[in-house]
Amino acid sequence: MSELAAQRLGGKPVPLTASLALRDFVGITKRNLLRIIRTPQLLFMSIVQPTIILLLFRYVLGGAINVPGVDYVDYVVPGIFLEAVLIGGMTTALALAQDLQAGMIDRFRSLPMARSAFLAGRTLADLCRNVLALTFIIGLGLLVGFRFHNTVAACLGGVALIILFGYAFTWVYATVGLAVKDPQTAQMAAILPMFILFFASSALVPVATMPGWLQPFARNQPATVVINSVRALFEGGPLSPDLWQAVAWCLGILVVFFIVSLNLYRRATA
Amino acid sequence: MTLAIEVTGVTKRFGSTVALDDVSLSVEAGQVLALLGPNGAGKTTLIRVLTTLLDPDSGRACVAGFDVQKDAKAIRPLIGLAGQYASVDELLTGRENLELVGLLYHLDKVEYRHRAQEALERMTLTGAGDRPVKTYSGGMRRRLDLAASLIGRPPILFLDEPTTGLDPRTRNDLWGFIEDLVSEGTTVLLTTQYMEEAEHLADRIIVLDTGRIVAQGTADELKDQLGGDVLEIRVSHLADLEHAATLVAEFGNVAPRLNRDLKEVSLPVKGSAKVLIAAGRALDDSGIELADLGIRRPSLDDVFLSLTGHDARTGDTASSDGTEPGARDE
Repeated sequence: MSELAAQRLGGKPVPLTASLALRDFVGITKRNLLRIIRTPQLLFMSIVQPTIILLLFRYVLGGAINVPGVDYVDYVVPGIFLEAVLIGGMTTALALAQDLQAGMIDRFRSLPMARSAFLAGRTLADLCRNVLALTFIIGLGLLVGFRFHNTVAACLGGVALIILFGYAFTWVYATVGLAVKDPQTAQMAAILPMFILFFASSALVPVATMPGWLQPFARNQPATVVINSVRALFEGGPLSPDLWQAVAWCLGILVVFFIVSLNLYRRATA
Repeated sequence: MTLAIEVTGVTKRFGSTVALDDVSLSVEAGQVLALLGPNGAGKTTLIRVLTTLLDPDSGRACVAGFDVQKDAKAIRPLIGLAGQYASVDELLTGRENLELVGLLYHLDKVEYRHRAQEALERMTLTGAGDRPVKTYSGGMRRRLDLAASLIGRPPILFLDEPTTGLDPRTRNDLWGFIEDLVSEGTTVLLTTQYMEEAEHLADRIIVLDTGRIVAQGTADELKDQLGGDVLEIRVSHLADLEHAATLVAEFGNVAPRLNRDLKEVSLPVKGSAKVLIAAGRALDDSGIELADLGIRRPSLDDVFLSLTGHDARTGDTASSDGTEPGARDE
């Protein structure tokens, strides 16, 4: 028994209980929400890009694209919803790299707090920001002529699936931020998976119109699977087996990158 | 006697760079130990090992009797860490920063609110407590960082270059705060590049260079290791500086040190009075105009230079110091 420990703590080591871990999680979430509220320019930037893509494909390129059996606006807008949460998640990579460089992660790691609370608090705050950005983009979509055609429950289910996908990717971006460490590089590194997943998917045009070599990837990657399910939920029609695949993709990505990012955090050095 | 910190044969490598090379040291409870050394000496790496942020490759490190690798969870409630780069959140207010740290030390709400207020008062930040940290000056940030490390009232405090980059007045203020903590019984391990700081605050000093301990003792003991005094010559014309240095070189057993800004040559010597007269004569004979000539007690700078062959602060001379990936200051 350490005398120094005994002197200060009456000899009782304070175990980290689940309720203390939860309290850490709430504290960290609050900190990150305050940071989001106090940097409205970052929130603004995360809606600018999807807004531009939305207007571009609705009014400039959309006229030249014909997707059989559906209004193009109803086809493309759900794809933009997905892009909004992918773009939003990039700030997670940036924020974690910043915390690492500023020495915040050193401070948190030297405290008796729960290790998982730091990352969980980060991603929950980013989820809130994503929901806010998504709400704006949905409003904009409705303004330019997009309509939900299915039951309220199904449409809410579609929105929930987009949010789940965005949340799963927040953990991918957390991994990127902790791995590359430098805020600027983190942003660059985060753009790459976003571009590949978004453009090589069924978000903007049907996979069947793509070159043959690209189709197998484009058809089976998670963004396509999710976007097809979301469209089915918004438009009505048969719910393909895609829906379960989509949920499985999201949960799989979430679990894998939760473990990877937590491991990176435990050994994080700037 | 209780050991607050005990390090035995700790080695840490980053790739091919050896950041810590078989380092052993101990700090008694209530003592202040200064780790003195230039960038790349391994100071920050040692702090990171002791604060459970980094595992050593080999050797054993204990804090408050707990092993840093096996009992990291038992150590964290007992330590405070204040970094060289003030690790406080710029977008939060001073008070929000302190309250968050208090919460994460698992204090209840009444207690952490109380302690945050107390820490703001102690660090004379009461007026700025509800302003975002991004509006703070460098000195205020350091004070807040120190305050944050004290919220848990840890018996052992790690200060990584607490005053680097601060102006002398702010540095003095910070020294006062640290001295107060020590008088209350806190054990402190601090790293510094400033001799003056080590001399002012520490009971014992360990000199680190490229990951190895090159000397240790009290400030006086280290100075005695030099075994004599320092001859100091200031010339009137900068052009004479090199010439003067060559003339007196024979009196010392290490090379004279030149300071061009001050037009000064300094050299550790033995047998003060005789050397002073002989040096004066030699300089006078060669017609060098002197602004000042004298003998003084060695400073820790002199000690460091003679131990490592390079300057403490810059680390610039013959041997270039190893860079240390993974450690922030180095």
